[in-house]
Amino acid sequence: MSTEIDTLEQLVNRDYQWGFVTDIEADSVAPGLNEDVIRLISAKKDEPEFMLEWRLKAYRHWVSLEKAQAEPKWANVHYPPIDYQSIVYYSAPKTKENPKSLDEVDPELLRTYEKLGIPLQERAILSGVAVDAVFDSVSVATTFREKLGDLGIIFCSFSEAVREHPELVQKYLGSVVPYTDNFFASLNAAVFTDGSFVYVPKGVRCPMELSTYFRINARNTGQFERTLIIADDDSHVSYLEGCTAPMRDENQLHAAVVELIAHDNATIKYSTVQNWYPGDKEGKGGIYNFVTKRGKCLGNNSKISWTQVETGSAITWKYPSCILQGDNSIGEFYSVALTNNYQQADTGTKMIHLGKNTRSTIISKGISAGHGQNTYRGMVKITKNAAGARNYSQCDSLLLGDKCGAHTFPYLEVKNSTAQVEHEATTSKIGEDQIFYFRQRGLSSEDAISMIVNGFCKQVFRELPMEFAVEAQKLLGVSLEGSVG
Amino acid sequence: MLEIKNLHASVENNEILRGIDLTINAGEVHAIMGPNGSGKSTLAHVLAGREGYQITQGEAIYEGKDLLAMLPEERAREGVFLAFQYPVEIAGVSNMYFLRAALNAIRKHRGLDELDAMDFLKMVREKMKLLDMDETLMNRPVNEGFSGGEKKRNEIFQMAVLEPKLAILDETDSGLDIDALRTVSEGINRLRGPERAIVLVTHYQRLLNYVVPDFVHVLSEGRIVKSGGKELALELEEKGYAWLEESAEPMKSGVNP
Repeated sequence: MSTEIDTLEQLVNRDYQWGFVTDIEADSVAPGLNEDVIRLISAKKDEPEFMLEWRLKAYRHWVSLEKAQAEPKWANVHYPPIDYQSIVYYSAPKTKENPKSLDEVDPELLRTYEKLGIPLQERAILSGVAVDAVFDSVSVATTFREKLGDLGIIFCSFSEAVREHPELVQKYLGSVVPYTDNFFASLNAAVFTDGSFVYVPKGVRCPMELSTYFRINARNTGQFERTLIIADDDSHVSYLEGCTAPMRDENQLHAAVVELIAHDNATIKYSTVQNWYPGDKEGKGGIYNFVTKRGKCLGNNSKISWTQVETGSAITWKYPSCILQGDNSIGEFYSVALTNNYQQADTGTKMIHLGKNTRSTIISKGISAGHGQNTYRGMVKITKNAAGARNYSQCDSLLLGDKCGAHTFPYLEVKNSTAQVEHEATTSKIGEDQIFYFRQRGLSSEDAISMIVNGFCKQVFRELPMEFAVEAQKLLGVSLEGSVG
Repeated sequence: MLEIKNLHASVENNEILRGIDLTINAGEVHAIMGPNGSGKSTLAHVLAGREGYQITQGEAIYEGKDLLAMLPEERAREGVFLAFQYPVEIAGVSNMYFLRAALNAIRKHRGLDELDAMDFLKMVREKMKLLDMDETLMNRPVNEGFSGGEKKRNEIFQMAVLEPKLAILDETDSGLDIDALRTVSEGINRLRGPERAIVLVTHYQRLLNYVVPDFVHVLSEGRIVKSGGKELALELEEKGYAWLEESAEPMKSGVNP
């Protein structure tokens, strides 16, 4: 236990350690966006016609949104206008086409992931975790594919899925987050370059955690990945994603889309530890993390569970949601969002109850330190036909210091009188008297804060797979650096 | 063990302690009494290192070291313990987890091995019996939802676990009913020993019926105006503080034992 504290103490005094840049030759297109760029991306990826068509429709829709100035402005975040023509929409490490095995992957890339603590050598991999590594815009390696393939599980990069399983992609792509969904989802649909694809066939319980590690490397590059996970009847899968980026003075845009589909009796557990570069102590630089994540509980008795630990990014705009369409389906959202220095987060969830006896749980823990602004925004919508639907929401905010802010915007819309909806919210502050109490017992201020913060987040950390829970605790320690005193 | 010389301390330029001289040796129990506002709690806080006080003059030498130059956590690791008058509640952190972290921080400082969960639990069970503590309290968040008496008992229980050299108990008797006062006092008495000094900060004499001090000091307007043996406390009980305050000035010199 106290070794854990020691580790945290070291971590608290450490700067963002994932901020290095990998020196690798990249194949990038010129900055800017037009139909030619989209055709180029599609051609580079050797995509079938339906993909290009879909991208172009998305692009045209996005152009109309941009003309109408429909970039969402309702979130409680503030940033200067983004110049979408100055962003590079495609950047890929120059490497052999489609490496067949890890031996063909550029050793420099493998070293990068080693440095990030994500060894891609299958032998060295954390037992029971299969990894897909996405570097800038493309997937560079996916591990444990054969073992998973034996069970009929498809786990590969999105590009490969488009080429090798076009029927699945065509059937499900945009079925949860259509390209018309919102400004950033449209942009993503037009220009996304890679991401992960998972299909778990009927009756299969995926024997290991599937994981994608996203890394932004190139300068002025937007990262637009797209993840699609389909769990067929009676299947079960747990998926993790992690993210880091180099330290740069400019802001970089990350606009991802994640779609999950759970059929009858299927369960998808999706965990995120988001640690994009948050900017420096004065708020310079950092990632704009504008992400659309949504799962559809399509089948009866299906379940989708989101767990997120958001410690990075200059701005986070993200609402992992569940459409509870199947009867008795379950949606869960467990979130820890931390903002320190000048970080801003506007995050939460939407639980849309369509089916009968659908249930949802929302546990949100917001921590604000420094000048950080942390907003919970959530919607619970119970439609006319959702008889017997139930929701429980709990939103807790913890403040460190007096320059930060915590805001809670819960929206409830209940159209069925048999529904039960509960909402609880608390706000607390780590007081000097609490810190003194710890110190008088021999514990440092850093120990005090990490113990209080970890205690505050316990309900959410419990939901994370083991290795991730440890990682998440450490990250909170690092992210709170300098918030003491 | 502790030598306080001419200690002056202020809060926002209001002088609260105006020249405290006090010597405390290992094995002794000192009671510091005095009316409200006399500076008793300030003295306890200054010795523990609470922020917000300016030390304007004087010094406190603890085991040959400059106590006032040490961080609060360093003082604690060196064996200074403060039982709080108002123990704070800490949501989300269990009593057990908190106390083990504290104990291990102190053990580490002393070059001892850290206790694992099993050894810790065994040790804690022994100490809980001392204070008649309910075991379920250990799994609850620190002081959260504890009654006033439970909080005070928890302070003494922490003291029993952390085994300080110098324990300062700030109004530990306040808010205790007679049964709780007896239990807490018994706990304190068992912690008396030749290696340990205890300072009881109290307004009332009643605690001293159970924990009999070796020395009693009366604090008034930031100075020790009278010192004596345990009988002084009884005298105060009888006459109140007023007779001392009136004669505060002439008593100033030569009161330190």
